[in-house]
Amino acid sequence: MAVIEQTSSSPRLKAVWRARWSGAPWTGAVLPAAMLIAWSALSTTGVFPAQVAPSPVAVAREIWKLGASGQIFNHIWITTWRVALGFLVGALAATALGALTGYSRRARGYLDPTIQALKAVPSLAWVPLFILWFGIFEVSKILLIAVGVFFPVYLNLMEGVQTVDRKLVEVGKVNNLSSFDLVWRILAPATLPSYFTGLRAGLALGWMFVIAAELMGANRGLGFLMTDGEMTGRPSIIIGALILFAIAGKVTDAILVAVSRRLLYWRDDLASLQRKETT
Amino acid sequence: MRLEISGLSKHFEDLAGAAHFALMDIDLVIGQHELVSLVGTSGCGKSTLLRILSGLERPSTGEVRLDGRPIFAPTSDIAMVFQEARLMPWLTVRDNVRLALIGLARDEQDMRIDQALENVGLSNFASALPHHLSGGMAQRTAIARALVRNPAILLLDEPFAALDSFTRHKLQTHLASLWQAGRFTAVLVTHDIEEAAILSDRVIVMRGQPGRIYREFAIDLSRPRGPTAEIQTLREGIAQALDLS
Repeated sequence: MAVIEQTSSSPRLKAVWRARWSGAPWTGAVLPAAMLIAWSALSTTGVFPAQVAPSPVAVAREIWKLGASGQIFNHIWITTWRVALGFLVGALAATALGALTGYSRRARGYLDPTIQALKAVPSLAWVPLFILWFGIFEVSKILLIAVGVFFPVYLNLMEGVQTVDRKLVEVGKVNNLSSFDLVWRILAPATLPSYFTGLRAGLALGWMFVIAAELMGANRGLGFLMTDGEMTGRPSIIIGALILFAIAGKVTDAILVAVSRRLLYWRDDLASLQRKETT
Repeated sequence: MRLEISGLSKHFEDLAGAAHFALMDIDLVIGQHELVSLVGTSGCGKSTLLRILSGLERPSTGEVRLDGRPIFAPTSDIAMVFQEARLMPWLTVRDNVRLALIGLARDEQDMRIDQALENVGLSNFASALPHHLSGGMAQRTAIARALVRNPAILLLDEPFAALDSFTRHKLQTHLASLWQAGRFTAVLVTHDIEEAAILSDRVIVMRGQPGRIYREFAIDLSRPRGPTAEIQTLREGIAQALDLS
């Protein structure tokens, strides 16, 4: 009996141990914490000169100061709002066009070569034209972000529709589904995984392009904060803005991941297996 | 309903543009409530013939008529079970079966789904997702999805080939009883000679490349059938016709 208890408790302990040390939510914080410690050590010992790379404490103090005056929330808000709006515009356009070119061979023949050619234009090359057409204010910024978001969403969606398993499509055909039902009940759910891949890649580009948009001329936003830090020689503000960017990007990405997990509950893949094993 | 195949051939073009015939000069009449098996070695075009009957593919020449009406595309009178269950992984068993009933009123759908799932013994798994099902249960869901519409013709493309022998035997018996209880005509493509002999009224042996109908065996034995001496003799005859012995 004692022997049985011992052999049964030790794998149990091991499982608990494994659950605690892999896949737990805090594991992602290990690396940043280590970097933070190394950074503090290097600045307090003077290896990093303070006027070039200020200590984490100095950066935290700077962010705190901006936070206390309420300014920082204003900057974060305006930048997030720009990304959200640009993401919405870019993703909506990409969804409409990607679904169309993925589904219809004729639409693909007419539209896709042009879209692929436009993709070859470096997105930042649109900046002068957008400024000329729409001025330096919000419209051109949001359009630039939308352009960045558009291509990964478009490509993944079109590719996703194209690569839906023929065998499932045939089930729709032998059951006489209308085109609408075929799209809604079979193609759309089957395409969802690659669509989310596109949305995540698009969102990442959205955050990249908001910086470009704000560096080209803004009086609010995290990008403006960085230019301001550069002009006034305050590296702690630049580093603070960088960290805020990382946090904002990570939070919005996590929201997308949470939504996709919800919608893709049916996936029987490695990730779902690993989630099952650790709970 | 009566299924008539006349003067049918099918060819595919390869990348170089050369034509390869899969089927040649197929003439076949399948009557109301018959159970007919198509057997043949792989590459003889039997699955292609079934896909043409389903309307998924068009013949190159000749035609298929259902009670005199030519078939060009899938119709609601003809249902198909494939070798793989082909369930939508995001839909429950119940909603997978519902795919065959789109357009009907919701209560009508639910009533018929309940009945169809009961017929294949899956009532308790109505809300399971496909990846929780065994291979046999998945294939039973596919059979329920095909029969829930009360089709006149049920086409089965090696439906049990991917199952273990125990499950296969169980599902064969099950199919036989569903067929006897129903009024539908069944066309079964199989490479399992015993399966063909036990289930069918007629076994059509196809051979060659392109595939042609080589021989026909009419089986007038009472059901249910077991591995009797008569079935054994029949099996040997079919194997001989297939040039396997």
